Amino acid sequence: MSKRIDVSDLNVYYSDFLAVEDVNITLDAKSVTAFIGPSGCGKSTFLRTLNRMHEVIPGARVEGKVLLDGDNLYADGVDPVTVRSQIGMVFQRPNPFPTMSIRDNVLAGVKLNSRRMPKSDADELVEKSLRGANLWNEVKDRLGKPGSGLSGGQQQRLCIARAIAVSPEVILMDEPCSALDPISTLAIEDLINELKDEYTVVIVTHNMQQAARVSDKTAFFNIAGTGKPGKLIEFAETATIFNNPSQKSTEDYVSGRFG
Amino acid sequence: MSIITKPAPKAGTRQAGPGRAGDKVFSGAALGAGVLIVVVLFAVAMFLVIQALPTFSAAPGDITGGKGFASYIFPIVVGTLIAAAIALVIATPIGIAVALFISHYAPRGMARGLGYVVDLLAAIPSVIYGAWGATFLAAQLKVPYQWLADNLGWIPIFGGPASGTGKTILTAGIVLAVMVLPIIASLAREIFLQAPMLHQEAALALGATRWEMIRMAVLPFARGGIISAVMLGLGRALGETMAVALVLSSGPLIASLIRSGNQTIAAEIALDFPEAFGLRLSELIAAGLVLFLITLLVNMVARWIISRHKEFSGAN
Repeated sequence: MSKRIDVSDLNVYYSDFLAVEDVNITLDAKSVTAFIGPSGCGKSTFLRTLNRMHEVIPGARVEGKVLLDGDNLYADGVDPVTVRSQIGMVFQRPNPFPTMSIRDNVLAGVKLNSRRMPKSDADELVEKSLRGANLWNEVKDRLGKPGSGLSGGQQQRLCIARAIAVSPEVILMDEPCSALDPISTLAIEDLINELKDEYTVVIVTHNMQQAARVSDKTAFFNIAGTGKPGKLIEFAETATIFNNPSQKSTEDYVSGRFG
Repeated sequence: MSIITKPAPKAGTRQAGPGRAGDKVFSGAALGAGVLIVVVLFAVAMFLVIQALPTFSAAPGDITGGKGFASYIFPIVVGTLIAAAIALVIATPIGIAVALFISHYAPRGMARGLGYVVDLLAAIPSVIYGAWGATFLAAQLKVPYQWLADNLGWIPIFGGPASGTGKTILTAGIVLAVMVLPIIASLAREIFLQAPMLHQEAALALGATRWEMIRMAVLPFARGGIISAVMLGLGRALGETMAVALVLSSGPLIASLIRSGNQTIAAEIALDFPEAFGLRLSELIAAGLVLFLITLLVNMVARWIISRHKEFSGAN
């Protein structure tokens, strides 16, 4: 239930503006890859091209290839809806559906595929997903209550439960802890470590310690200046990036000299 | 460093500052506006009640129709509700669809143009709609009405013989629908545009199609707003005078929607008011009071519907 992603010669545009230039990268299955880099360097933009969420913004488009176990996500005739149901996403701010109960939030993605499932199966899936997101014990007595009543960290784990309920191949996380307190952050980081046993996880983070703690490999993105496109500068084992980077700008960034 | 060494302003000095006076002025103005609306509403209600009193104390025989106020008002209340119901049944789905098209489907340039057109529709005076309904629409509807009477005549609401002029309660309802449509469409559009991007993206990221995304993240969010929009539309449909007075050739209450007949409260008041005096005037004002109460009731029901789902509204 996890696939690798190969990106080749990817250019990402907002209308005519080239936001990210010429990315080539391979994200291994059942591993955690972190994207780090200064604000505006295109790491979130690039992440959103991996499940075709980028094109939701009017005028946004992509050139190049993104292969999910060899299948190009941007080939003609590929439905972005299908892509997104295989590649789940967790956002910067927790966004459970406010009009749905905790239970319905977990089942939201499953119900989309209009699979009619018996109540017992649904209950089982809700429990499995919430356990997978380390949230079950906290919410098992109030599954019918609105998801928006949970704390920020719980809401984010609910969003993770919602993402894993549809059994995706890959989970993308866009700064999932930036709106959370340290204890909730720790809970999410523990969870990411467990998720990689089953899923390919890609995480964008501003927090370099977080990247060092959770990821197997790290990609460093940088931007030459305002109005210039972001680029992938260096991609290697996380230990290499933080201890022995080959690029000067990577070393400057991870050692805190800029960004 | 100068920032740190400067003495911090004492907490007490803040109270005398201009911000505090501004607060007072604003809260006073807000309170005044709130009180004013209650006073105006109360004054209108009192006027209606006092002027209507003679009707309620009059002998049943003196009331128009000769059987007391209840049997006078009942047919026109039902007529009002039928006309408004027809208007809403037609205008609500179309209004929501138009609003969704503008907010989520149309390309940006087209959406703007369409938005202007909808707003323009709302600005046309009701007498124009009335004239259009009476002279153009009614004539166009004669043939369809005849067809309805011939083929679906066994359903009481389509009972024949169809009106020869087309000036029926159904025509009036359709004209009202056209008038109410821009209200519902433009309010609903504003609400759909405010649906949080965060939740729309959450739905899309789960693999929702655009329609599924709208059902998951836009419509539930907009639910209260849609009800408010429909209620505002209903308010206009219930109270609309001129268009109905021009379009409908009125008569006693009948079940068929495609024959001449029926009447609404607002049109009855408008048509008879200029020549009314004494008890007849009081009767018409009492009819106005009934319309006032219906509108109040409708709004209260709408509030109740909205509040029932407060916990899941996303406001918490």
